[in-house]
Amino acid sequence: MLRLPPFRYLAPRTLSEATRLLAEEGPQAMPVAGGTDLLPNMKRRQFTPAALIGLRHLRELKGISGSPETGVRIGAGETLTSISNHPLLRAHYPALALAAGAVSTPQLRNAGTLGGNILLDTRCNYYNQTEFWRHSIGYCMKRDGSICLVAPGSPRCWAISSADTVPALVALQARVRLVSVRGEREMPIQELFRDDGMRPYTREADEILTEIWLPPAPGWRSTYLKLRRRGSFDFPILGVAVALRCEQDGQIGDARIALGAVASHPVEAEEAMARLRGQRPTPALLQEVATLAAKRARPLDNADLTITYRKQLTPVYVRRALDLLIGAEEESETE
Amino acid sequence: MRELITLRVNGERYEVAVLPHRTLLEVLREDLGLTGTKHGCELGECGACTILLDGVPVLSCLTLPLEVQDCEITTIEGLEEQGRLHPLQETFAELGAAQCGYCTPGMLLSAVALLRQNPHPTREEIKQALAGNLCRCTGYTKIYEAIEAAVERLQAGRELERQPDAALPS
Repeated sequence: MLRLPPFRYLAPRTLSEATRLLAEEGPQAMPVAGGTDLLPNMKRRQFTPAALIGLRHLRELKGISGSPETGVRIGAGETLTSISNHPLLRAHYPALALAAGAVSTPQLRNAGTLGGNILLDTRCNYYNQTEFWRHSIGYCMKRDGSICLVAPGSPRCWAISSADTVPALVALQARVRLVSVRGEREMPIQELFRDDGMRPYTREADEILTEIWLPPAPGWRSTYLKLRRRGSFDFPILGVAVALRCEQDGQIGDARIALGAVASHPVEAEEAMARLRGQRPTPALLQEVATLAAKRARPLDNADLTITYRKQLTPVYVRRALDLLIGAEEESETE
Repeated sequence: MRELITLRVNGERYEVAVLPHRTLLEVLREDLGLTGTKHGCELGECGACTILLDGVPVLSCLTLPLEVQDCEITTIEGLEEQGRLHPLQETFAELGAAQCGYCTPGMLLSAVALLRQNPHPTREEIKQALAGNLCRCTGYTKIYEAIEAAVERLQAGRELERQPDAALPS
C-alpha cells in the first residue's frame, strides 16, 4: 500500500491566516489546494512536508470575473473543470479552456485547481516513481540522490515542465499574483519559471499564488494542442499553445507561440513569433514558422514515447495549431 | 494526533477519529467498513476509488477526510434505494458491463454523475465522462451500452411518473 507520510493539517479560514501559517511553519510546510499532484508525490515520498496548509476553503482564491474588453481575473483555487467549462473563457481565451480540459481525467479536473496546475512539480521518468523504485536505482538529484539519471554527466536536473495550462497562459500573456506576509507581487507568468528541474519556480516557500490575470482579448484567437499516448490520464509530452492577433487587412499583428513539456520551463518560440508578425499567412510561411518554433524543443529521454517521435511531432503540432487559427480567421471573413 | 470529525456518507452521519494523513479511501474502507469503493493505483491513475462529493466525481485516494466534512459523500453503497438497485446497476449486471467488477463501482458513480447532469448523453459524452475510469476487461463497449440502456430505462421511469395511468392494465 502507498500510504501518505504523517503530517499535521492546518485549515486557515482566510488568505491572511494562510500566509501567516505558511510563514510561521517555514519551508517544512506546504500549501495544498486540490491535492491531485501533491498527494501522489507525497505517497511516493517525493515530498514529505511536516504540515499541510489547506487552501480549499479560502474564498479569496475563488471566482472568475471580468470581461474580454477589460481582462479577466481567475482565482487560483478555481478547479480545472470550472475553467474548462466557463463560457467566457471558452469564447475568448480558448487556449486556456482547452488546456484546462486536457489535464488528466474528469475526476482530477474536478479537484485540481488552476494554481495547482501552474505550480505542478516538474516530472521525469526517473523521479515520478515510488520510493522503492527510486531506492533500487540509487535515487536522482531531484530527490535523495546526487546525479541526474537521464544525463549522468550533467550538473543539472532535466525534469520537465508538464502543466497543460502553463503554455496556454504564457501564450495569452497572463500575469500572476503572489501573496505572503511580506507583501504581494504581480508579474508576467513567465517570471514564475526558472530553467531548473529541481527548483522550477521563483515562488518563495512562504508565498501563495492567489490570482491569474488575463489581458483584454479583442482581436486575439488562441488554441492549445496536446500530444500524449492516450486521450486521457496522460501528462503532455508536448503542449503547443498559439495566440494570434489578426489585423483587418489579414496581416498578423501579433503572435505568441509557447511550448510545454519540452524543457524544465515553458518555452516561447521567439524567432517563430517574430517571423509571423506583420506578415500575411501563406502555407509556406506557416511551415517555416512551425519549423522555427520546433527548433526550441530539445526533448530528452525522460518522458513517454521516444525522443525522435516527440521531436518530429513538434513542427507538426505547431503547424496544426496555426492552421486551426488561420482557418478560423478565413472562415469568419467569408461569413 | 487523531481528530474527531463528522462525515456525511450516503445520507448517514459518521463520527470518526482520524489521523490527518489518512485518505478518504482508507477511512471509508477501513474505518466505516464501506469496501465497495475499490483500492486501485492509489496515485490518481485508475479511477477505481471514484466517489461523489456533493454529486461530483472525485478520487477518494487523493481526498483528505478533514477537508470534506461539509460535503455529502456518495459511495457505491449509496446507490440502491429501498432495496432496489439503481437502473445503472441493473443494466451493468444484465448486459455484462461488469466482468471482474473491480472498476465497476467507480464506473457507476461517474455514470450516475453524468446522467444527473445530462440525462441524454451522446456516446461521445459518455466516453468523456468515463475518461477517468480504467477497465481492463470489457473493452468499454459493454459499459457504454449499459449506460445507454439505463438512459432509456430512466426515461421510461420519468414518463411513468408523469402519466401514472399508462402503467395500469387496460
